Amino acid sequence: MLELIERFDFFSAVWMTVKLTLWAALGSLILGTFIAVLRLSPIKVLQWAGSTYVTVFRNTPLTVVVVAANLVIWNQLGLEVAARNATYLDDTNFRLAILALVAYHAAFVCEAIRSGVNTIPVGQAEAARSIGLTFGQNLRHIILPQAFRGAVTPLGNVLIALTKNTTVVTAIGVAQVSHAMRRMIEFRSDVLFTVFGLVALTFIVLTLPLGILTGWASEKLAVKR
Amino acid sequence: MSAQAILFDAPGPKTRQRHLIWTALGSLFVFGVAAGVLWILWDKGQITPDKWAPIFTFAAWKQYFVPGIQATLVAALVAIVASFALGLILAMGRMSDLRVLRIICTVVIEFFRAVPVLIMMLFVFFMLVYTFRMRGGTAPFLGVVVGLICYNGAVIAEVVRNGVASLPKGQREAGLSIGLSSSEVRRMILVPQALTAMMPTLVSQVVVILKDTALGYIILYPELLNSVRQMGSRFGNMTVAFTAGAVAFIFLNWCISKVAEWLERRLQRRGHTAGRIAEAEPGDVD
Amino acid sequence: MSKKNMLRLAALTAAAALALTACGDDAADPGTGDGGEGTLRIGTKYDQPGLGLDEGGTMSGFDVDVAKAVAEKLGYSEDQIEWSESPTPQRESMLETGQVDMIFATYSITDTRKEKVQFAGPYLVAGQDLLVKADDDSITGPQDLEGKLLCSVSGSTPAERVAEDYPGVQLQEYDTYSLCVEALAGGRVDALTTDDTILAGYAAQEQWAGQFKVVGAPFSEELYGVGIPKESDMCEQVNEALTELYEDGTMDEIIDKNFGPAGYTPAPGTNPPTPGGHCG
Repeated sequence: MLELIERFDFFSAVWMTVKLTLWAALGSLILGTFIAVLRLSPIKVLQWAGSTYVTVFRNTPLTVVVVAANLVIWNQLGLEVAARNATYLDDTNFRLAILALVAYHAAFVCEAIRSGVNTIPVGQAEAARSIGLTFGQNLRHIILPQAFRGAVTPLGNVLIALTKNTTVVTAIGVAQVSHAMRRMIEFRSDVLFTVFGLVALTFIVLTLPLGILTGWASEKLAVKR
Repeated sequence: MSAQAILFDAPGPKTRQRHLIWTALGSLFVFGVAAGVLWILWDKGQITPDKWAPIFTFAAWKQYFVPGIQATLVAALVAIVASFALGLILAMGRMSDLRVLRIICTVVIEFFRAVPVLIMMLFVFFMLVYTFRMRGGTAPFLGVVVGLICYNGAVIAEVVRNGVASLPKGQREAGLSIGLSSSEVRRMILVPQALTAMMPTLVSQVVVILKDTALGYIILYPELLNSVRQMGSRFGNMTVAFTAGAVAFIFLNWCISKVAEWLERRLQRRGHTAGRIAEAEPGDVD
Repeated sequence: MSKKNMLRLAALTAAAALALTACGDDAADPGTGDGGEGTLRIGTKYDQPGLGLDEGGTMSGFDVDVAKAVAEKLGYSEDQIEWSESPTPQRESMLETGQVDMIFATYSITDTRKEKVQFAGPYLVAGQDLLVKADDDSITGPQDLEGKLLCSVSGSTPAERVAEDYPGVQLQEYDTYSLCVEALAGGRVDALTTDDTILAGYAAQEQWAGQFKVVGAPFSEELYGVGIPKESDMCEQVNEALTELYEDGTMDEIIDKNFGPAGYTPAPGTNPPTPGGHCG
């Protein structure tokens, strides 16, 4: 097994999965919050833009989003996401994969935050308005801080799903865990069960602490009412 | 706090003006991006009859869309039925009075929830091909279906368990007091009501299953995405073909989501359950 | 494909089929094992214009026509052929696991592959070449590739060779050449590399007419063989069938029918090849 890990560079594949997860988590938290704000805003067009975004990305398979990132953004639109150097193509595919993961999971982050907003009693917003806070101030000081604390569980679920969903970017050849798994099995079909065990264990190790942490944080951070 | 209007006062004349400006800016941005994308695609020769006409021909539908959608739906349907069955069994097991059974079911559920669907699919597919030497198109099909069943069965089991937990305690106590055993109470009183209460969530899970059939693209199950890939090769319009595939998926899933929302409303009006009706839009992902 | 071309193709196919049935009779010798009974499961490409293309249930292309002709010689009619798709990275495993009886899919005979499967043929000698934009004069051969972006399919011989011989080249790998063609048309990669036959198939495709050119400086010899499982006893029979196809002129017809429109002819020095020597 150690020989397998070494020959197929399994640890760098795991590191790639972790990198993809971290960058995509950061990105989708920012984009998802932005879209949630759009959906809560008083402007009809912005509400519509936000809800359309969520409908589209929630109903599109991630595989499509990943392939489209390469095919449309890089190939057709010709947008550059990496410098033209010796690792241009690897960098491009890595960053496009993150972009696809961010675009897809932002829709779920948005929904998680909205469910967090739903946990806030009406009186909070009304009190904020009555002391003269504007919509922006209201969001920044009253709504969003409480929404995040109420949305810890669904946000944690999105993070766990995101970790597992990084496997899909094998479709554009990013060398993370599922890519390593395919290569291992294609060259060494005799160790199929070992490889599966190894990969399953990797994901259990990656997601189990996240689940426990989420449970702990949601209790710790819950707004006492 | 779902009522939007609570976040802001009814706008006065000045605010209305400001909103108008924001509306204009917002529209400008949205349409600007859309126009920019269309302009570049036009420039690259993607918006031409050559690229688009083939997907509206009878041949394209007969050879690519219809078989592709059919394969997607068949895999999804089999997976849905089987994962509901597995979900119920696992849920019953996890709530059982037998300690051993409870532990086994808990471990199984947590394992299947932790392993990514794609990894499960790859494993089943390669196992069928290499270990059981399975031939033809059965291995990709079973790979997709079994992968989906394992994950979604575990998720559904948890949904059912949460549904049971959300029922008022009196339901169980009443059942016990009329002389039912605790497993009879679960089977005849708690689980049926939990299913009704969680119905919108369960229907939303159908969207997840349908979407995940697209992972079959990677193990070459001839589902919609694979058939549009072949179509793109034949007509030389890969971008258009994938766009059409995406639209088809969005449409199918949107229909199912609408059913879930309709169910939620209907059940809230007249659901035969003591539990709270779940929301049709769970924070659940992938 | 226009109506006119379609008709012409149909006529040609009919003619070829007639020619095949005519000489098929005396070829079906009694020693052909279980030939003529059951079905013959053949793997080919489904999305390779000019070589193996699934057009609404009817298969077309060079590999498909050779496969049909060989099946005919082995005593199988066209209805007895069961086609399945054999994408590049899965060809060996499909044979090893017995999913198909033989594979005609631009399958080059290599020593690595011969460890896992056996080959009948070669039935054609192709060569690795480059496909570039029609107006690109900067690339005349592999020596000009330094610092360029090249596209190919993962797990294929051309991809492996380029990665080894030209380390300065960056390689974009997809799971189908058609995505490479799209990237080349979009100007995102500078060249697409694989066998000249495949490149000719794309250059001749109606949608891309006039946009690309094959550089025309092949830098390898690809012996196209018929992939057959190791334990099969059909290899020598397929060799005999292939030899007959060259002798009775069927092969020339097939080559002309499929590659004629692209202006491509197999390299004269190495073609026609002598089938045999790669069984077992």
